[in-house]
Amino acid sequence: MSNIELNNPALRAARRVTALLALMLALLCPAMAAAEENPAQKEEESLDVKEIMFEHLLDGYGWEVPFSHSHRMPLPVIVRAEDHSWHCFSSAGLTAAVSDTVGGEMHSEIEPVVKTIERDGKTYRFLIAKVSTHKDKVVQIFPLSAADEKDLAAKLADVKKTGDVDSGAQVVDGYVYYDGAYYREYRPLDISITKNVAALFIAVLIVMLLVFGLVRYYKKNGMRAPRGGMGFFEMLVGFVYYDTIKASLGENTRKFAPYLLTVFFFILVMNLVGLIVIFPGGANLTGNIAVTLVLALCTFIITNVFGTKHYWKEIFWPDVPLFLKFPLPIMQVIEVFGIFTKPAALCVRLFANMMGGHMIVITLTLLIFIVGAFGAAVAGMTTVISVLFSVFMLLLDVLVSFIQAYVFTLLSSLFISMAQVHEEEHAEHKDKGDARLEKEDERKLADEKAHFAREAAQVDLK
Amino acid sequence: MELFTPDFGLVFWMFVAFILLFIVLAVWGWPVIVKMMDARASKIDQGVEDARKAKEQLDNARAEAQKFVKEAQARQAELMREANKMKSDIIEEARKEAAKAAQKEMDAAKVAIDQARKQAELQFRNEVGSFSIEIAEKMLRTQMKSDKAQTELVNKLLDEIEKN
Repeated sequence: MSNIELNNPALRAARRVTALLALMLALLCPAMAAAEENPAQKEEESLDVKEIMFEHLLDGYGWEVPFSHSHRMPLPVIVRAEDHSWHCFSSAGLTAAVSDTVGGEMHSEIEPVVKTIERDGKTYRFLIAKVSTHKDKVVQIFPLSAADEKDLAAKLADVKKTGDVDSGAQVVDGYVYYDGAYYREYRPLDISITKNVAALFIAVLIVMLLVFGLVRYYKKNGMRAPRGGMGFFEMLVGFVYYDTIKASLGENTRKFAPYLLTVFFFILVMNLVGLIVIFPGGANLTGNIAVTLVLALCTFIITNVFGTKHYWKEIFWPDVPLFLKFPLPIMQVIEVFGIFTKPAALCVRLFANMMGGHMIVITLTLLIFIVGAFGAAVAGMTTVISVLFSVFMLLLDVLVSFIQAYVFTLLSSLFISMAQVHEEEHAEHKDKGDARLEKEDERKLADEKAHFAREAAQVDLK
Repeated sequence: MELFTPDFGLVFWMFVAFILLFIVLAVWGWPVIVKMMDARASKIDQGVEDARKAKEQLDNARAEAQKFVKEAQARQAELMREANKMKSDIIEEARKEAAKAAQKEMDAAKVAIDQARKQAELQFRNEVGSFSIEIAEKMLRTQMKSDKAQTELVNKLLDEIEKN
């Protein structure tokens, strides 16, 4: 009997699924139990959904270590202080793990601390601001001078006047509240290697590895087609190059293909790496407007720098009835506007799509903890549903990663090709069309004549 | 709002990283790959074209061979017919020749036979003549033994001469 069961693949698969579900439940149980043990603590740390969400969506100094709240991989912070001196230090100096025992349980959190640098007899203090207009960014802080005190008091009064004052420290423009006191803040020029920048470098590395892996393969194996992963990568290159770039750019393909191919694979890798939850991934790169902005800007620059004379003529003196362009430059305004809206759409489309995907997955995950307050049964149910939906969303995001990379490349190549028009081509097309139409007319006439001749012949015969 | 305000640091690094990646790939990466893919594509196209041509040639060759075979078959049939005809002709001729030869033989035989017969007849006549002469001689000898009979015969012969 057991032999039969063992040999039945369907039964084995079913058993595996059951085991997985059981494992999932087992993993959940301690968490639920812990939640139930300390109702007081639960209320105390009511979940700051917005905070968690933004922490995941936005950038950060230091990279989370999987399964730990108190450790972060330190990354270099590079800032230019108020007196134009450059400072580079590890982000580990900006945070400290603070342990406290709440309700009998050890609890570790990462808290910002002041990083003090002594140089040339001057003291520089840096801090990751929390209660400030530059939230979660490194700021340089100074003790308040007499003038600052006055200014701060006035601003505080203003804030209180506007009404929406809740308890605790107030966010005051130009000042940061830290550890019970206000300091004057200065947001330095900040080119730190943040989590996103590090992820960016990793993505660059991956793309290079892919491309040079293929190049090396070719060097070694000549014209033989690669198999497996390299074959898939080559297929993608072929798809992008022949079906997307060459299809829209035609004879200009060689000139622009390197840029467009780089864009496609860079975006694709960034998208996919962003979907990985732990270390090499986890950074919401393409869901960051700075990244998409640069990409769109590059397309914008290439489109307009390599634009032909005819392209500019079409913008400033388009082929439309005179009243649309002469006394009032209506068309010109629209066309010039169009130059900027095209890349802006590119930028926002990629950003919004990727950020949306990340946001949904995070929300679904957070849902478990939000609903956790309603008891174990509800939380368990929500967990199962949430996990299923998260998996579905992540799979969908893999698809979206491809699609968005493809769309960005496709639209970029279209915009570039639209700026590559030549007058002769335009005119030629028209002439060719006319000639074809004329020929068709002639043929129709000839057909009709032949038809009538046949009819006449038949009549004659009768 | 932080979501929609690009951070300078990230823009800066993104620009640097992207331009760097672009330059490196544009110089050493993509041209090699694209060239190789183009080369392979054209090679495959060439291969397909070659295969098509080869097939065409093969088809042509096959048709030609069939034509040749047909021609050869026709020729063979013709040759056979000719050979048959020749055979019958030869046989006919041989027969005629044989008949002629036989006739000739027969004629010669007839002539020989005739000659032989004539010779035989002649010999026979001679022999019969000599026999009859001998017989007559003997008879005469016996009949003319007596002188009277001799005289009688001489008288008789003289009578005959006188009568004439």
